[in-house]
Amino acid sequence: MNDVAVVGFAQAPAVRRTHATTNGVEMLVPIFAEVFEQTGLSKTDIGFWCSGSSDYLAGRAFSFIAAVDAIGAFPPIHESHVEMDAAWALYEAWLKIRMGEVDTALVYGFGKSSAGQLRRVLALQLDPYVLAPLWPDSIGIAGLQARLGIEAGLWSEKDLAEVAARNRRDARDNPFAQLSGDVDAAALLDTPYVADPLRAHDIAPVTDGAAVVVLASAERARDIVERPAVITGIEHRVDSPALGTRDLTRSPSTEAAGRAAGADASVEIAELHAPFTHQELIVRDALGLGDGVRVNPSGGTLTGNPMFSAGLIRIGEAARQILAGNARRTLAHATSGPALQQNLVAVLEKG
Amino acid sequence: MNAAATETSEAPEAPLSAPLNVGFDYTRSVGPVLGRFVNALRERRIVGVRGSDGRVHVPPVEYDPLTAQPLTEFTDVADEGTVVSWSWVAEPLDAQPVQRPFAWALIRLDGADTCLLHAVDAGSPDNIHTGMRVRARWADEPVGHIRDIACFTGPDSPAGPAPTAPPPPVAERAEGEPVSTVITPIHLRYLHSASPEESRYLRGLAEGKLIAQRCPACHKVYIPPRGACPTDGVPTTDEVELPDTGIVTTFCIVNVPFLGQRLTPPYVAAYILLDGADIPFLHLVLGCEASEVRMGMRVRAAWKPREQWSTTLENIGHFEPTGEPDAPYESYAHHL
Amino acid sequence: MGKQRTAVLGTGQTHHRAKRTDVSMPGLLREAVDRAMADAQVDWPDIDAVVLGKAPDLFEGVMMPELFLADALGANGKPLLRVHTAGSVGGSTALVAASLVQAGVHRRVLTVAFEKQSESNAMWALSILPPFQMPVGAGAGGYFAPHVRSYIRRSGAPEHVGAIVAAKDRRNGALNPFAHLRQPDITVESVRASQMLWDPIRYDETCPSSDGACAMVLGDETAGDAVPGGAAWIHATAMRTEPTTFAGRDQVNPQAGKDAAAALWREAGITDPLSQVDTAEIYVPFSWFEPMWLENLGFMPEGEGWKLTEAGETALGGRLPVNPSGGVLSSNPIGASGMLRFSEAAKQVMGRAGDYQVDGARTALGHAYGGGSQFFAMWVVGAAKP
Repeated sequence: MNDVAVVGFAQAPAVRRTHATTNGVEMLVPIFAEVFEQTGLSKTDIGFWCSGSSDYLAGRAFSFIAAVDAIGAFPPIHESHVEMDAAWALYEAWLKIRMGEVDTALVYGFGKSSAGQLRRVLALQLDPYVLAPLWPDSIGIAGLQARLGIEAGLWSEKDLAEVAARNRRDARDNPFAQLSGDVDAAALLDTPYVADPLRAHDIAPVTDGAAVVVLASAERARDIVERPAVITGIEHRVDSPALGTRDLTRSPSTEAAGRAAGADASVEIAELHAPFTHQELIVRDALGLGDGVRVNPSGGTLTGNPMFSAGLIRIGEAARQILAGNARRTLAHATSGPALQQNLVAVLEKG
Repeated sequence: MNAAATETSEAPEAPLSAPLNVGFDYTRSVGPVLGRFVNALRERRIVGVRGSDGRVHVPPVEYDPLTAQPLTEFTDVADEGTVVSWSWVAEPLDAQPVQRPFAWALIRLDGADTCLLHAVDAGSPDNIHTGMRVRARWADEPVGHIRDIACFTGPDSPAGPAPTAPPPPVAERAEGEPVSTVITPIHLRYLHSASPEESRYLRGLAEGKLIAQRCPACHKVYIPPRGACPTDGVPTTDEVELPDTGIVTTFCIVNVPFLGQRLTPPYVAAYILLDGADIPFLHLVLGCEASEVRMGMRVRAAWKPREQWSTTLENIGHFEPTGEPDAPYESYAHHL
Repeated sequence: MGKQRTAVLGTGQTHHRAKRTDVSMPGLLREAVDRAMADAQVDWPDIDAVVLGKAPDLFEGVMMPELFLADALGANGKPLLRVHTAGSVGGSTALVAASLVQAGVHRRVLTVAFEKQSESNAMWALSILPPFQMPVGAGAGGYFAPHVRSYIRRSGAPEHVGAIVAAKDRRNGALNPFAHLRQPDITVESVRASQMLWDPIRYDETCPSSDGACAMVLGDETAGDAVPGGAAWIHATAMRTEPTTFAGRDQVNPQAGKDAAAALWREAGITDPLSQVDTAEIYVPFSWFEPMWLENLGFMPEGEGWKLTEAGETALGGRLPVNPSGGVLSSNPIGASGMLRFSEAAKQVMGRAGDYQVDGARTALGHAYGGGSQFFAMWVVGAAKP
């Protein structure tokens, strides 16, 4: 089976609100151009296209259809779509290259969260019979998870503030970040609760955004870039949706995916998809990442959370570190669903 | 649905946006396991189901999370229990069960091994803590729905019932029959944005103009203009004002009424290719019998009175025949 | 090491009805899944991954329902994917599931597609009108009817061809115990006498709204070899997409469908589809799409698809039986409709199609399309290994 490498990555700026349409076209057109520039490829060189997005984010059926206009999809293209974060679209594209059906693929994700009330919309991911009718918002659910860890002594509110402060500081070097700044944890702890036990800094912002990643077979990748980021493992798993039956302070699906993907302490950099501060700690623990691993040098999802591309961006950022020659072995994690229900882990190495 | 166009941005040329409200009262058949649960609620009882590992799940799960096998061993649990975790909601959202500040809580009911997620009407975050005992406050008239549990209350909860979201509609059923369907209203509000190119066109419509744009790559004339030419992936640019005359390429006659319909059937929904355009759009054809509408028929826009104009193609009430000879089939065959 | 041989090990579907109010969504899915797993003689530990497909989330009012369905799908601790490619989704979902085996990642994959239309109203969901638009849309029928008119004009097909398709598919449906509409006594005349809904499409030429699900278990070569009576081997797959609208787009005979078919036949080594394919399950939600897709798929030259239909060659016993199961015109759980086409093709080459078995079927096509005739997914399955 063919090895697969990331050879290009571009993202739209993470912003609170764009004027863009919910079909993503305005955010996608420039970043498609950017990855074609990076890779020297054009749309006719792409063997397979795959995207991730959500109708409920846009508020109407088939909202992803118009996004293919941004490609200029005629003559017709070989294309597919997942109603998931585009990290899972990347997984589908990885399959196509791995089996030798194509040797290049372009993966994109987009979402305009500002079109609706995100934390209320996300309640529709819950059991539709006994939970969604109560409209438990995504922040409330995360708060339940955070408190379980606090009261079990797994983390403190100060630990959470330190996660936030570190991500904000790191985001100062990320021109695409929505939030950044030199803040200290103590100051953050002085701010009021938004959803006790969560403060504003514990919660990823509402973000409009999009991202694109170009994949190629390892063989083809060497012709495209100097240091392709070869995916040495990519795995994903899901946990039970029944929140009340799970130990919410752990993430067995992350642990299993990480183990299968070859996650270990030898990764230099990890980009973790954690929309809440405590979730970064859960994921970090599930993946067994020690203190030597640099976590979220981009500032992570806490400084910009474009729904349906935030997971793909983690893979793009982890790859970028290799493409730029900053690291030899990196890890990316993506999540989907309430309280870290579904998780994907990819390990990348310099090819 | 509310399609009234409201300009929300201060800059005159910012893209247009308008509310898009999407709502439906979903009818959910519950099947045997959840059916048992909601019918018990109607009697102010809570039932759980025993899983393969012996744990009692509340609410019951239809399939075991460990083995995926169907679960059938029901057992009653108490309507009181212990808070296992909680988070505070300072400003309740639409349709949340308690419409004043409250807590979400994971509650392990006495006799259950898993937690139920529900609202606790605690009044203040000072009045709730993990380990606290809470009890269900039942709705005045249980109907067989999770909202039959209005909320939970603790020892220091405010006196008197909390303001609640309106109760869900109740599904019709025959006298004496158990509840088999629950209704869940899902009403969401969005702000829909037009692209910059489409906004230019919509503002033209408000002035009675039909503004198209040409793709800089393929030179085709698009109306409405596009944020991305569908074949070239670049925004359309060069502006072209089109006349309000054209032809019907193809059409159908809508005879069927349906939910949410804004026009009264029968009506002719036709693809109109304006003179000078390279792509047709859908509109109405009136001014003749539906049976007289033909492919290739020449039509002209019938504009609504100017005072009714806004940034919408609805400024054109319909298209109507001009009486000119039909366009030859060959002239529009490549637009079908 | 290239693409791994992949086979259908077993299939299952629900009894399709307008309203399956006797079951929940998990219960509906499990009816199909349990049948597929029994047909494939596998148990939960044998399943390595689950791939779920369905059409818009607004139909059921659940965002990404695969998440809440994970228990019912036995997916906990396993990989779970959710595909959404509009009406073609049932087909694309099967193809994504096949990819997992073809890429050598998994040995056995469960794939499921469903729609529970009775939770809401598809006409409503498909006609939600964003601001600034003309309120002319009238669901899928309103969308496709003008293009059917274009086909009739372009091909010169006689007006009764649509009714021939409808009567044939509904009579086929009467042979299928799972079909939603089972009308053994329907005739061309009765179809032509039914109400005109979206002129030129009549009531009896229109698919029903169904609740239903379809499931398949796919496996690798070892698993396929072990299937008693023989598995359905995947010989070729294809997916193509084009934009909904563009200047000069052919909406009657879309290029994406032609390209997908050409790629499919090439991979399957088929040079003369009409002679080499024994039966086809084609996504025909409105009767006229049978002749349209016969041309688009290359079974007949452009403008002549209707001649095969009119000659009765697409009926059971004809040269190319099309939709022997009754097709979308007999059952339409939207998200599952494409997977039903794929699984019915598999049932034919496995010899498991019961009363609508095509004698000696060795090679079959499964086809699905979606959006504004812009998403295409198809596969060729055979009784013999590729």
